[in-house]
Amino acid sequence: MIALQVVVGGLLLGAVYALFSSGLTLIWGMMNVVNFAHGDFVMLGMYIAYLAVVALHAGPLVFTLLAALTLSILGAVVYYLLIRQVMRGPMLAQILSTFGLALLIRYTVFWFFSATFVTLPGSALGGSIKLGGILIGIPQLVAGILAMGLTIGMHLLLTRTTLGSQILAVSEDRQAAMLMGIRPDRMQALAWGLASASAGVAGALIATFYYLTPTVGESLVLIAFVVVCFGGFGSVPGAMLAGLIIGLIQAASAYYIGPVYKDVVVFALFVAILWVRPQGLLGTV
Amino acid sequence: MRRGWLALGVVLLAAPLAFQDPFYERTIALVLLWAVLASAWNIVGGYAGQVAIGHAVFFGVGAYLPLLVYTHWQGVPLLGIPVGIAISVGIAVLIGVPTFRLHGHYLSMATIAVAELIRLLVTNWEFVGAARGLGGPASGRTIWDLSYRSSIPYYYIFLALFALVLGFTSWMEQSRMGYYLRAIKAGQRAARSLGVSAPRYKLYAMIASAAFTSLAGSLYAVMLGFVDPDSVFGIMVSVQMVIMAALGGAGTLIGPLVGAALLIPLQTFANSLFGGQGNGLTFILYGGIIILLSRFEPGGILEIWNHYLARKARKGRTE
Repeated sequence: MIALQVVVGGLLLGAVYALFSSGLTLIWGMMNVVNFAHGDFVMLGMYIAYLAVVALHAGPLVFTLLAALTLSILGAVVYYLLIRQVMRGPMLAQILSTFGLALLIRYTVFWFFSATFVTLPGSALGGSIKLGGILIGIPQLVAGILAMGLTIGMHLLLTRTTLGSQILAVSEDRQAAMLMGIRPDRMQALAWGLASASAGVAGALIATFYYLTPTVGESLVLIAFVVVCFGGFGSVPGAMLAGLIIGLIQAASAYYIGPVYKDVVVFALFVAILWVRPQGLLGTV
Repeated sequence: MRRGWLALGVVLLAAPLAFQDPFYERTIALVLLWAVLASAWNIVGGYAGQVAIGHAVFFGVGAYLPLLVYTHWQGVPLLGIPVGIAISVGIAVLIGVPTFRLHGHYLSMATIAVAELIRLLVTNWEFVGAARGLGGPASGRTIWDLSYRSSIPYYYIFLALFALVLGFTSWMEQSRMGYYLRAIKAGQRAARSLGVSAPRYKLYAMIASAAFTSLAGSLYAVMLGFVDPDSVFGIMVSVQMVIMAALGGAGTLIGPLVGAALLIPLQTFANSLFGGQGNGLTFILYGGIIILLSRFEPGGILEIWNHYLARKARKGRTE
């Protein structure tokens, strides 16, 4: 029974990993840029939820939408003001730019909230249900199901709609896309907005049951990176599968080895993946 | 050019004469320590163009080994140095071999992940002092404990180390490896098509960089007589190494010293002004500097200076 409990808990958290990791993989696959601040975008989503509950007594639906909206604007702004220029620059500038952004966001939030852990004031979304003999928290259940739905939605948006085709066209061949009348700049800004919104929503979803601390983004971006590598870069279905697996591995190692080792196991796994299968599960590179 | 180096050497040798206060003596010793560290990062980050952001792992391993030797076997801390270097080189190989075949982002992420992994392990490992850390000898037992009341002997130790790193770097610049690295940085495909094994030379640069970082970490721990996981394995250490080299000028000999000479006094000042909050403020500032640098002038201050000189020369000709 406990094993089942661990599995379900891991899969539900893994679905949230899948959601924000698919944002990272979208940008990476499209313009070969890694957003090192992606984990801090998730953290921002968590704090937006927190502020919305504390200041506005907002419900889950409101603060999730608020996080999505704020983060998508932030993503587009970051693209126009920073990424567009550094993409043409040297590797050093590409990597350092979003890394600097991560530090700036992380420690600005740190400045206001300090290192103390906070949790969302109760009754935002609470309780638990008994299903097939195991206890599942309502917040985890809602977050997991919504995250899974949104990740699938993102995949469908990219593969089944005109807009998605335009985004994928730009990532495949910028020149050819331009000749077809697609504006790469606008599509890339849109991708940044979409990816950042996925981070914001993921943050708002886990805020209901996760601890909030300004430095949580550091391990989250690493998890997203492991998921993306594992799933094969640029692949949303890959990220979805890998996210669930990583969530499962984390839950299992937290339970069987000890909670402090849940990140250790994932990071060690990452190094192992780089040695054994750098192209990822579904990758073909 | 040679005259410039000579002048710099004289200034660095004589610098302690100008600072008599223990606070300033400590600050200039730290400036040199960070110049060494940033120069070590520069070998792989600047010259080979591989943006490793987890060098704290080499610094931390180097820092822990001497005090581990003292804590468990009452040995001379310096004996831990070669072991620290060996472990650091091992970690460099572990990260470098798979990632140097891949796109540059993999190395950056792998270095962060391994640094974080080791920090978490050390924090929970009782043998190495867990979260409390390790201490060194309370007072010098023999001359080999390198225990001094003043920071000046360490200033000269770090100066010697700085000379060593610079010597190595300038030798590397002139050597076959330097040409290969420049070729790889300019265009990896072109370099490989001419038969340069890019992964191998990047790995060599990484190994040298790790070894120097580890050595500097060891000497820092012996100077301080105390280490704990967050202060030596923390992300701040990695960030500082990168930002000092990048601010001064990544891929130049003197850039790291320029960066360290600007930022260390600034940081000491911020810490004494704001106390514990100063650390967070430094991070915000560093984040801002890094963004502005990568957006407007990835070449750093030396590049700005060169632009300025070039513009002045042009103006001189037209007048």
